[in-house]
Amino acid sequence: MIIVGEKINTSRKSIEEAVKKRDAAFITKVARDQAEAGAHYIDVNAGTFLDQEVDCLCWLVKAVQKELDLPLCLDSPNPTALSEAIKHHKGEPMINSISLEEDRFKALLPVITSQPCHVVALCMAQTSMPTTVEERVQVGSELINRLTDEGIPLENIYVDPLVQPVSVGTGMGVATLGAINKIMHDFPGVNTICGLSNISFGLPERRLINRNFLALCISYGLSAAILDPTDKQLMATLLAVEMLLGRDEYCENFIDAYQKGRIARG
Amino acid sequence: MSDYKALIEAVIKGDIKTAVAETQSVLDAGSNARDILDKGLIAGMDEVGERFSKGQMFVPQMLRSAKTMKECMKLLEPFFQEGDITSKGKVLIGTVKGDLHDIGKNLVSMMMEGAGFTITDLGVDVSPESFVQKAKEVEPDIVAMSALLSTTMPSMPRTIEALQRAGIRDKVKVMIGGAPVTEKYAQEIKADSYASDAGSAVSKAKNLLGVS
Repeated sequence: MIIVGEKINTSRKSIEEAVKKRDAAFITKVARDQAEAGAHYIDVNAGTFLDQEVDCLCWLVKAVQKELDLPLCLDSPNPTALSEAIKHHKGEPMINSISLEEDRFKALLPVITSQPCHVVALCMAQTSMPTTVEERVQVGSELINRLTDEGIPLENIYVDPLVQPVSVGTGMGVATLGAINKIMHDFPGVNTICGLSNISFGLPERRLINRNFLALCISYGLSAAILDPTDKQLMATLLAVEMLLGRDEYCENFIDAYQKGRIARG
Repeated sequence: MSDYKALIEAVIKGDIKTAVAETQSVLDAGSNARDILDKGLIAGMDEVGERFSKGQMFVPQMLRSAKTMKECMKLLEPFFQEGDITSKGKVLIGTVKGDLHDIGKNLVSMMMEGAGFTITDLGVDVSPESFVQKAKEVEPDIVAMSALLSTTMPSMPRTIEALQRAGIRDKVKVMIGGAPVTEKYAQEIKADSYASDAGSAVSKAKNLLGVS
């Protein structure tokens, strides 16, 4: 399971403050905590800064990588911010994200083909958001085909099937799960990724819902997730499910995390 | 003088069967449709909006209540002449250009409709020009815009500028909302109001128009 640590996002108050003050020490600590908790990539998102997003995102890239030898997940719907931030990145970043929206696709293509990188392919069509399994699979497949045609290796593509709230349509959870299953089946080697929090919008006890949804997603084949790795209950769920699905030889990861105090006591 | 307590309760609970039966029974008892709408259905939906804003009710329950009201309205509609349902105000709503997210916008539409506003919903990816064109046509009291992406937020001030150029900015109130949108942003772009959720959108809209 590839874990992308989601905490460096300026929609969180403490991160916004730190970016405003250019407090590299604070940012580094949040990044390091996530790395120690098991993150493989550190997500950086400065979307709330609007017209200053580009500067802020570039600064975040430099601040995190100065102290930490880990690739980042450059997170923005804005192609300009992504193409600038990637210039400061060391190693192979994950670009989050490209979609079938034509302007976004065209603007990002040169960025992701100019250097080795991983790319999140969001199942968003040109004019609408998919609701059913079939619509998600159709958009996801088209994205995979177009990206591999451009020379992006299949295993560097992370299809995000788009998670929509189960509160507004009780079929939304199943739609995401079905799409994960079908895409992983149709394109062996490709990755699937998603964020978790959308699923629980409009409902109480959101963290409980999120971690149960994660368990289901993993069992349907999800290979990467954007989450808070310092959430010990969430990580406990993730590690237990991976172990139960037979993906943790000698139960090593689970026991190791337990012994290091990284998972919440049952 | 009819008692609408059972109807209000049924709307809050989202109990379609009971609510429809109650609507029929107060109609049979001689209540007029206007009264049933205002003091029964809308009163129930107002309570739903309030409880939702306080975190005492949740999205699926709100959707269920709105559906209940819709079913009851089917019984009342024959009693209203075309244009006779005097509304709290006319609202033109849409998700701004470049943005395809409609969940939040739909919740706001629904709650406003439930509160007695007349809604014209332009859908998603609505350009400033489309907002202006429709505003000229339906002459709304409020233009409401939603954005879920920080990259599409600038379409909000662009739409406000377009309303200005068309000479109708002072004829409408502008409301905005959506996950990345803030009160501060509303002030910066000179919108008239910001709402953080569907329940508060209703109370903010009422405040803007001075209705209760």
